Amino acid sequence: MKTVQEINRKILDGNVCVVTVKKMKEIVEELGTEKAAREVDVVTTATFGAMCSSGVFFNFGHADPPIKFRKVWLNDVEAYAGIAAVDAYLGATKLSESNEKYGGAHVIEDLVRGKEVELRAIGYGTDCYPRKEIKTEISLEDVNQAIMVNPRNAYQRYNAATNSSDRLLKTYMGTLLPNFGNVTFAGTGEISPLNNDPEFRTIGIGTRIFLCGAKGYIVGEGTQHSPPYATLMVKGNLKEMKAEYMRAAFFSGYAPTLFVGIGVPIPVLDEDVAKATSIRNSQIETKILDFGVARRNRPVVRWVTYEELVSGKVEINGQEVRTSSLSSFYMAEKIMNDLKKLIEKGEFLLSEPIEKLPKVQEVKPMRQREVVVVKKVMNPAITIRSDTKIEEAAKIIIEKNINHLPVVDDDQKLVGIVTSWDIARAVALELEGSVNKIMTKNVITVYPEDPIEIAASKMERYKISALPVIDTKKRVLGIVTSEDLSRLIAR
Amino acid sequence: MKLLLSFDSTTVKKPIISKVTLESGALINILRASVGARKGEIIIEVPEEKVEIVEKILKSEGVFVSELKKAVEKNEERCVHCGACISVCPTEAIKRDAENKVVVEEKLCIHCGACVTSCPTQALNLPSI
Ligand code: SF4
Ligand code: SF4
Repeated sequence: MKTVQEINRKILDGNVCVVTVKKMKEIVEELGTEKAAREVDVVTTATFGAMCSSGVFFNFGHADPPIKFRKVWLNDVEAYAGIAAVDAYLGATKLSESNEKYGGAHVIEDLVRGKEVELRAIGYGTDCYPRKEIKTEISLEDVNQAIMVNPRNAYQRYNAATNSSDRLLKTYMGTLLPNFGNVTFAGTGEISPLNNDPEFRTIGIGTRIFLCGAKGYIVGEGTQHSPPYATLMVKGNLKEMKAEYMRAAFFSGYAPTLFVGIGVPIPVLDEDVAKATSIRNSQIETKILDFGVARRNRPVVRWVTYEELVSGKVEINGQEVRTSSLSSFYMAEKIMNDLKKLIEKGEFLLSEPIEKLPKVQEVKPMRQREVVVVKKVMNPAITIRSDTKIEEAAKIIIEKNINHLPVVDDDQKLVGIVTSWDIARAVALELEGSVNKIMTKNVITVYPEDPIEIAASKMERYKISALPVIDTKKRVLGIVTSEDLSRLIAR
Repeated sequence: MKLLLSFDSTTVKKPIISKVTLESGALINILRASVGARKGEIIIEVPEEKVEIVEKILKSEGVFVSELKKAVEKNEERCVHCGACISVCPTEAIKRDAENKVVVEEKLCIHCGACVTSCPTQALNLPSI
């Protein structure tokens, strides 16, 4: 048994034994937990990944005459100003209003790199804050405070992603190739802080951490905290941070975000702590979700261990699929080593948590008014057979005043679609014969239980105005048109 | 071997690639092409044993030929070695080294550009042709 105070004394005396958690796993394997706990005082853990829930609180100081921000922008990226007069919170994922690949994260990195950014604000013009607008340049040195406060960082583990659809997807999980073309995953697995202290014995409120090169602190559990998918809320002084331990990023087709480097020292108080730090990737499981399905409850393709994810290949439906990590193992290892050196030099002392993180917490879905599904808005479809004459189809379209005719076979199964445009074109070209010749065979469809938003986004993506609604056997149940939807969805 | 071909306003109009294929019998793979009305640049891959003859025919047609050694370019200042680019590369040209750094094996790169858009830190760029 050791206490944090005893370990800190050793740090100050210069005879502390610090190892990275990577090394610790070898030591435990070799010496067993008891001996490892006696030999090792501190284990360093780390993660380095894109963490969207990150941002910075600023206090810019007062202008003359003073202003109370109504809105404020830094390099054209809006920060939240609904707090005191010249305070604002700049979020990492907020997009610039003039540069589509620049966002809050880039402003943060630019400031840390010593660059000046443009501050532009508008005010209310009150008796105490008469000024109505201001434009100026600021650097990190000029502001009173720049405090990074990240509501959700350091996910213990994270769901991996793949894509069953036939379309390349650009997501916050990176580029997902069609037809299960790849798998992307986040988190550093067995070296990640929270996986090495799943009982939250040493990691808690008040724990001193390494945050982007500065000393930071754990504020508490992060948003969406739900062990074993635990998260941390952290803070640190941006003015002390170093650009090499953070990186502004832009996920193509999604948003800007910030790569954040976090190191957490774990004091080896006893054998149980030592045992917890010996966890291996093979013991850390997560799900691979199918992003091809644009719903909240994305189907679980399979469970997987971090060992498989890290190996570079996982098996899906009997096929080998290559994986991509979105977190940097190289940077995480660098942070573990750098933190180890700081502790050895006596420049970084450990702190005891003053309160524990909650061990049980669930993540609830959003309370919504009502999810309107396609079934509720679809209309009965008038269908034709593929041997229907073009003329006949034209007649139906005019008589029924519709624009789309799904084409079905004897079992009511969808084989194509004919639109009024196809007919007009056929008539103009004086084509004769059956609709078989002119129908579109590759039909975009929806299911009756799909939310109408899915139908709307398909129409938008494929630039079409109606979708046949089918069951799993491809039988036509109805049709939904953009007119049906536009009444319900504000676009 | 990868060759960079530069065409001017006269050569750009001629069906030179077809001619080279027919005359040399080489299986030529076009990796990237940027061809306009007045000039064009094409990157082709040619089997080693056919490089000499292909080059000769191209030059006789007035095409400027140079060997392309460069692969996709990685800005080491921006790269964080996450590996987001690894699984999107069709030729497995992007790998981790022993230190867990992400590296591009130049000779495997076919300049397809798939990795460029997948990189969250905008560290990758195709060399301009
Ligand atoms: S995706 Fe970009 S940042 Fe990540 S390893 Fe590849 S080049 Fe580096
Ligand atoms: S350009 Fe294409 S082939 Fe070259 S490294 Fe990138 S993905 Fe691979």
